[in-house]
Amino acid sequence: MSLAKRIIPCLDVDQGRVVKGVKFLDIRDAGDPVEVARRYDEQGADEITFLDITASVEGRDTMVRTVERMASEVFVPLTVGGGIREVADIRRLLNAGADKVSINSAAVKRPEFVAEAADRFGSQCIVAAIDAKRVSAPGEPGRWEIFTHGGRNRTGIDAVAWAAKLAGYGAGEILLTSMDADGTKAGYDLALVRAISDAVNVPVIASGGVGNLQHLADGILEGGADAVLAASIFHFGEYTIPQAKDYLAERGIIMRR
Amino acid sequence: MTSVAVLDYGMGNLHSVAKALEKVGASRVTVTDDPAIIRAADRIVLPGQGAMRDCMAEMRAHGIDTAVRELVGDKPLLGICVGMQALLAHSEENGGIDGLGIHPGAVRFFSDVPAVREQHLKVPHMGWNNVRQLPQADGRPHPLWDGIADGARFYFVHSYYCVPEQPGLSAGECEYGLPFSCAIAEGSMFAVQFHPEKSAKDGLRLLHNFLRWKP
Repeated sequence: MSLAKRIIPCLDVDQGRVVKGVKFLDIRDAGDPVEVARRYDEQGADEITFLDITASVEGRDTMVRTVERMASEVFVPLTVGGGIREVADIRRLLNAGADKVSINSAAVKRPEFVAEAADRFGSQCIVAAIDAKRVSAPGEPGRWEIFTHGGRNRTGIDAVAWAAKLAGYGAGEILLTSMDADGTKAGYDLALVRAISDAVNVPVIASGGVGNLQHLADGILEGGADAVLAASIFHFGEYTIPQAKDYLAERGIIMRR
Repeated sequence: MTSVAVLDYGMGNLHSVAKALEKVGASRVTVTDDPAIIRAADRIVLPGQGAMRDCMAEMRAHGIDTAVRELVGDKPLLGICVGMQALLAHSEENGGIDGLGIHPGAVRFFSDVPAVREQHLKVPHMGWNNVRQLPQADGRPHPLWDGIADGARFYFVHSYYCVPEQPGLSAGECEYGLPFSCAIAEGSMFAVQFHPEKSAKDGLRLLHNFLRWKP
């Protein structure tokens, strides 16, 4: 009798198609998001995260329609992020069928937005997404800062302090992406995951860099993550969700099977 | 065929509850705050998300509190998450807030549980946890557990937990720092702390059972 760790496949969606960038740049098509999400639901994914990377207004409407379609077919929690700037955006996505929304840049611009959102909709549906990049020199103790705009803009905000602040504002969960690791398939930045997990009392989802199943295990066992997120290892059929769960369970990690 | 009214008082994600009910065969699912439609429906779902204070305020503003008090015991009612908590008398959330008071009991904060603090358990309790099915007065598990393995995992997300006072009210138990009631049942009322609409096959099975339940 114990809470299971979660495996969360992530769909990066642009103009209604699943894509996967390497270090947020190079793009590869991975299919129709509703089809992909349904496949993960059938395989036993514990949640599904859908990040919209489209910048245009038309793209946003496409996203809402995609969420609606997805919510009719997926019966595990669905987190949606990308371009959420105000309370009305959250309302629209929750009405479309999202269970949680992930807030990133809008929180950097105005952290109180997280508090307002959590107050209005409850902490359980507000995920604070943090994109962190290592700024310490090799050999120094780890130090990370928040970057926005796909890693182009450095904010000078310390990632650990930032996570604690957003949790204090009522974020119910932290989605933590290492910008250095993302797309490399070299594994999570485990020191970053550990630093944030130790600093906050809300669940932490490790993201960025998964290339094999051992990386998922490391995120939980070494990083202390409550959930592990991955995209390309699942999208391109390298591993199925049941394979990942078997692998983690063999390493003593509690899984829903 | 079965018509279901999903009570809408402006809180949370009703879309997924409605879609899941349709998926398991509800002929007509109406998300509504209209007392006439609520009274006419065969079955009632009381969902709930977010802060209890806001839920209770919205329920009152929409007259949902009166409708639930009137209909509970009359037709099958399924409470979900804050919809379960709201059936009890009092919650510690938001500095203390009264619920509908249909059953005596309190709603308490996980962070105040010593074991939660000592074991550094995260709050909210978020994710898939085991549900132990408790025998009812007749010695058998509740019919809404039909076809679901004892100990099956359901999806939870909550920071407060129910402590019903009535002996025998609890129909299911979960553990997070302490054992707590995650399902209550009496007569035609069944309520769960977890989200059946987000709990994959077992959750859909519970909703399927609810639609076919003849209390």
